[in-house]
Amino acid sequence: MFPKPIEKSAPPVRVLYKIALPIALIIWLLPLLAVALTSLRSQGDILSGNYWGWPTSFNMLENYTAIFENTPIGQYIFNSFRVTIPTVIGAVGLSCMTGFALAVYKFKGNLILFFLFVAGNFVPFQILMVPVRDFTVSLGIYNTISGLALFHIAFQTGFCTLFMRNFIKALPFELIEAARVEGVSEIRIFWYVVLPLMKPAIAALSVLIFTFIWNDYFWAMVLTQGADTQPITAGLKSLNGQWVSSWHLVSAGSIVAAMPPVIMFFLMQRHFIAGLTLGAVK
Amino acid sequence: MRCGQSLSLKGLVVSIAVDDSITVDDSVTAEDFIAAEDSIKDKSMRDYWRINQQRLAPVLFLMPGLLMFVVYVIIPIFQSVDISFYSWDGLGEKEYVGISNYVELMDDEAFYTSLKNNIIWLVLYMLAIPAGLFVALFLNQNIRGIRIYKSLFFFPFVISQVVVGLVFSWFYDPSYGLFNKILAFFGADPIAVLADEDWVTYGIIIAGLWPQTAYCMILYLTGLNAVDSEQIEAARLDNAKGLKLLWYIILPQLRPATFIAMVVTIIGALRSFDLVSIMTNGGPWGSSRVLAFYMYEQAFSEYGFRMGYGAAIAVVLLAIMMIYIAAFLYKMYRDERGH
Repeated sequence: MFPKPIEKSAPPVRVLYKIALPIALIIWLLPLLAVALTSLRSQGDILSGNYWGWPTSFNMLENYTAIFENTPIGQYIFNSFRVTIPTVIGAVGLSCMTGFALAVYKFKGNLILFFLFVAGNFVPFQILMVPVRDFTVSLGIYNTISGLALFHIAFQTGFCTLFMRNFIKALPFELIEAARVEGVSEIRIFWYVVLPLMKPAIAALSVLIFTFIWNDYFWAMVLTQGADTQPITAGLKSLNGQWVSSWHLVSAGSIVAAMPPVIMFFLMQRHFIAGLTLGAVK
Repeated sequence: MRCGQSLSLKGLVVSIAVDDSITVDDSVTAEDFIAAEDSIKDKSMRDYWRINQQRLAPVLFLMPGLLMFVVYVIIPIFQSVDISFYSWDGLGEKEYVGISNYVELMDDEAFYTSLKNNIIWLVLYMLAIPAGLFVALFLNQNIRGIRIYKSLFFFPFVISQVVVGLVFSWFYDPSYGLFNKILAFFGADPIAVLADEDWVTYGIIIAGLWPQTAYCMILYLTGLNAVDSEQIEAARLDNAKGLKLLWYIILPQLRPATFIAMVVTIIGALRSFDLVSIMTNGGPWGSSRVLAFYMYEQAFSEYGFRMGYGAAIAVVLLAIMMIYIAAFLYKMYRDERGH
């Protein structure tokens, strides 16, 4: 254990540590706390510049109702779900299969294919932007939810394959060999032997991809326009233009946009961190 | 992958589907005859599958994912390189212009500004790694409630960069922002960070460092969990402590975490688009542009639809990224060999 466990330190150090923790946390999250507090402020507070003092009144209901009634934020949120959920299912599903193929079978070009997925996953988005937009237009699905989701599925398959392949590679290979000796077909091995063991990986990837896609801004700007199709990230950008200096509304909108991935994170924390830190320990 | 394997796929799926549904009947009719013939065909296919399934299964499993990935990721990379040799507005005819897009780049002030900013991003973003290590060391204790602290410290990474950008533009607000309140407290004059050519890129990078530090922190926390405690005890018996212990005993064991942290930080720095777009839109006067943002601007924004020129910028960005991708793949290749 490093640094030295605090319970072995002198009592004053221990007390100091316990005081330092919450202070550090508040400083660390200060920008966010301020936004949360501002989302409750009144128009009057905003106009008089009371950003950092205690709010003169709490207008939670008022502010949050206002953004849902006066702007299409509800539609943006709905769009985000419509893009995110199919992407999670699609990318995780496809990568279960590609990961299985690359981890279990020895064939010529296996490692090259694997590196293709890995390398493709790291390229800057901008190199894909013009052709992908063009391709999406030519399929007739530009500015649709499916156009955006299809691209996300394809792109995320790269990262998911890396993840799944390494996960399956670490499973005991004897299980598969034993099943083969029993004469179980390869497809059944995938379905009945390997897939049940992949549950933790599937859970980890699902939360990760959910957060990645929910927070995607670039592709939302490239492949969609207008409130009918744009997800919340792109929506916030255009709302920010409308809400010039109505910081209480901007803040409320930001909080609403941040909520789903935050809830997801807290519900599935263990899986989320397991996914994110894959490879951080040997 | 050979052609013959993928051609036989369709038949395979069919033969699997009818696997269990073959029945035998005594009375012979024409239909039965055909059905019998079918079942022989099926049977031969089934045998073919049974014998060759270890060769065929990977093709079957790879096909859908690989197809999507090739169509949406691999092919567009080459298309982009190709487009960079054309002059194209995205709608009309493409006109081949050779390397003139690249020649133009060499004389483009805005391109150099973006490139310079990208380098500043790359260098300063690296601070997330020691900062993340520092926070991780601070939190790596076993007291009550520490888990909640760890997750709350991780918070900035979970929320969208769009929200982070909004939060920080507000933090920097010249009249009301907390940043200037703090400056005023120390008696300094207010700085409109996001409207100041000299400060703007640094201001945005600091906003980016916030979630990135959280990410590196979580990588190191996981790494610290796996540090060999016997080695530490042994080192402590030899009177090693503090920074010396960290440098000689702990850090070498954290190497995998450091490696991943470097990879994600470099990629994050080169992909920096969201924050620039949200906080300044490249301004003031284009001084906070980065390559990723400048490319978008050239290809899609009100400045016109110069796809070829934009693609050329993207190719430069890819070339920079390729250095890191190649290094990463090389390390992976060595690890694979090691197994």
